[in-house]
Amino acid sequence: MTENHLLYEGADWDFPTIQRSYDAIEKIACEELGLEVYPNRIEIITAEQMLDVYTAHGMPLTYRHWSYGKRFLQHEQSYKRGYSSLAYEVVINSNPCISYLMEENTATMQALVIAHAAFGHNHFFRNNHLFRQWTEASAIIDYLEFARGYIASCEDQHGAAAVERVIDAAHALSRHGVHRHGGARPLNLKVDQKRERERREHDERVFDDLWRTVPGGKPKHTSDSASDRRRRLGLPEENLLYFIEKVAPRLQSWQREIIRIVRLIAQYFYPQPQAKLMNEGCATWVHQRIMQRLHETGQINDAAFLEVLHSTSNVIYQPDFDSPGGGPGFNPYALGYAMMTDIARVCANPTEEDRRWFPDIAGNGDPVGTLRYAWANFRDESFVLQYLSPAVIRQFRMFRLLDDTADSALVVDAIHDDAGYRAVRRSLAASYDPALHDADVQVVDVDLAGDRKLLLQHRTKPGELLSTRDAEATLRHVAFLWGYEVRLQEVDTETEAILSTHTANPPPT
Amino acid sequence: MEIIDRRRNPHGKNLENRQRVLARARAAVARAARAAIDQGTIREVGHDQSVVIPADSLNEPSFHTVFTKGQRQIVFSGNKEFSTGDRLTRPPGGQGQGGAGEGGQGNGDGQDGFRFVLTRDEFLDLFFEDLELPDLVKSQIVATETMTPQRTGLSVDGSPSQIDMARSMRQSMARRIGLKRPKTPEILAMEAEIAALEKGRDNPERLRALKDELATALMRQRRIPWIDPVDLRYRRFTQVPKPSARAVMFCLMDVSGSMSEPMKDLAKRFFLLLHVFLERRYKHVDLVFIRHTETAEEVDENTFFTDPRTGGTVVSSALTEFLKIQKQRYPQDSWNIYVAQASDGDNSSSDTQKSTAMLENDILPVVQYFAYIEVGTMAVIRGDTDLWRGYSPIAQRDSRLAMSRVSDRRDIFSVFRHLFARKVAA
Repeated sequence: MTENHLLYEGADWDFPTIQRSYDAIEKIACEELGLEVYPNRIEIITAEQMLDVYTAHGMPLTYRHWSYGKRFLQHEQSYKRGYSSLAYEVVINSNPCISYLMEENTATMQALVIAHAAFGHNHFFRNNHLFRQWTEASAIIDYLEFARGYIASCEDQHGAAAVERVIDAAHALSRHGVHRHGGARPLNLKVDQKRERERREHDERVFDDLWRTVPGGKPKHTSDSASDRRRRLGLPEENLLYFIEKVAPRLQSWQREIIRIVRLIAQYFYPQPQAKLMNEGCATWVHQRIMQRLHETGQINDAAFLEVLHSTSNVIYQPDFDSPGGGPGFNPYALGYAMMTDIARVCANPTEEDRRWFPDIAGNGDPVGTLRYAWANFRDESFVLQYLSPAVIRQFRMFRLLDDTADSALVVDAIHDDAGYRAVRRSLAASYDPALHDADVQVVDVDLAGDRKLLLQHRTKPGELLSTRDAEATLRHVAFLWGYEVRLQEVDTETEAILSTHTANPPPT
Repeated sequence: MEIIDRRRNPHGKNLENRQRVLARARAAVARAARAAIDQGTIREVGHDQSVVIPADSLNEPSFHTVFTKGQRQIVFSGNKEFSTGDRLTRPPGGQGQGGAGEGGQGNGDGQDGFRFVLTRDEFLDLFFEDLELPDLVKSQIVATETMTPQRTGLSVDGSPSQIDMARSMRQSMARRIGLKRPKTPEILAMEAEIAALEKGRDNPERLRALKDELATALMRQRRIPWIDPVDLRYRRFTQVPKPSARAVMFCLMDVSGSMSEPMKDLAKRFFLLLHVFLERRYKHVDLVFIRHTETAEEVDENTFFTDPRTGGTVVSSALTEFLKIQKQRYPQDSWNIYVAQASDGDNSSSDTQKSTAMLENDILPVVQYFAYIEVGTMAVIRGDTDLWRGYSPIAQRDSRLAMSRVSDRRDIFSVFRHLFARKVAA
């Protein structure tokens, strides 16, 4: 009698199969788990198209640039040699939420992927505060379309080489093209396109070469004290691309617009790495839960469920530190899934230890609600700090090493025991802090009235300097955009001592 | 929810980006491609050639930090035996820096080369960039013996195998419509009506009229055949002269005692380079190997390069052998003939005169190109060699003879380029 409920049998699928699976999954996701998702769009693609999607950071389209070709070749190479298999899916934070499914997937994999991407990731994108705050899902596809068209038209007007030069430089700075703080205003990308057109039209309308020939009054004597100047320019400014776009004296308006495009796209991607652990954990937990429910309700058979188990356990494999593929860092699927499962366990079935560690949620009997709250209000760093339990620390057998360059040996300074839980948790959480990964480089001063030299400062963390070769190459890009000499000082945050200085001049024109 | 099948979308979305990578790294790719020559055998050159581009040209720099000194704490998984306070020796290979650079998603300092596979065309394009075969025009178009049939429309007669079905049926249909041949469904309809009337028996006049009509229709159908010989159309072919897409390359080499193994190796590289180059231009390239000491003989490739011989040197013997084989097997008007001669420049003094005369009078007129390379360091020690002195005046007069010296493996390619460099149009 259970036969009647089976969504499909065997590995083959067709479009009605997908539709049936989707409907069954949607029922569980929305009614039992209470997920809120953007409308879904599911696209079936081939392996080659999957490589294309990889290349463009998972976006369906991008402007043309050699770096995408490079990425494509790299992925293609490792795929062809069998070093890596392709993902089963890619999902885009957009509204409607687009999920790409590989045509080679079996019917079970398609169902799993729908549960994982179209509901797990989709719910996360729609509800997590980082994504809500930083990205505007409904406009991103249109904006990429605009960016592609705009850059292509620039290539027609100014030549591919000139455009490539600007994009190269902007890409080099894209990690420093983000407003990290106070970015409460979600980007309104649709309006952006219109505004750029109006800006240009206005410039053209008010341009009158005669003004140039009118003898000015006395040049104003500005009391250009350093602090005054900095205040006027809003310095220090950590968004280098923003500063260059607005202030760089020699850029053409199309060059500014390209910088803006790179900057806005970087901004769109900014939250992704900060919530990767949670995002994958959420999606994996959701798909596992949904597939389990499908099995319990007799909608998929045992064979299909075994395939699900096999696939999930592959995904959540965590290599030990000393095994191949291991090392520092955790598989976000493994740790994320373990933590989600653990939270659900603590809510439903707490131990004495859990009651001590998590008095607020232990035994509250609402695992799904608790998880939904966590998914909405945390990012990886705070999530680990809040929810990593001794049980998970023991499960992964975590330990902490102290690496002191003054010491000839590495010291194990905390392991998975009562004395070590908190230390391990603190360090692991810190390793997800984006502030620790990105170099803190800021514009601190610029002499607009004088030689127009731009001064950047890297406020170092103890023991960390910029990688010299790359820093100098990047600085050359900055100098190209700025048009005048650029100097970068690496400063010790504590003592304000200058540890190192790099200088670059713009290429002769 | 909507499901979209994207599988049929246009492919090769990233082709243009790939071209841009190649364009950007062009110089590096070309260098890498040429370096590949020194490793693999040249015959395999271009087959799935993977080249390593130094990361420099494709580096995407960014500001990122590296841990150099001080303290940091890292969490690992999979503890088996450690307890708090254990001291571990740092793993070798700089891992003591804790897997340097693991913190950033940045690609370290980007020291690694970037490896990818070029298609054969891409490879050869880069490899032979700016090179061209001299004097290609000559026997490619003019004076070819081979003819090839080419479609030239239709004809009303021909062999049955060449019937153009679609055209014939179109003719047939036009004729049937023009002559008003009754269609089978019409006749069937009539027959059905007759049958119905016969059963009813209430309209004998109509029945008679119909029967007459049917008889006429059947007769017309018989008289006007469905398909008639006049309908037939045949594909017509005419013979057009075919430009010769064949080339033969003669490799002449001095294998006398004075030619050492490294010298032969140089010669081999040059020969094979030329072979690959020719293969790009011609569908079919024959190779003929002639070796000589005092006498010359045609041998297979393996013997040519590996079998040592001793003896004196009489260059004209090889030239004679070449002329003999060329006359027998490779008539000038249907083959593009290329000759590459490698020698250390030594020749018995009485023979040089004869050789140069043969070259100028008999050989150059029949070949597309004659490349002479002198291998080894003889010239450095003794000044111009016998052959060089003999050949160079001819090279001045006749552009089909090109000559060059090679003494090191690294020079092979530049010599090759020198010989085939695109001439700037005057």
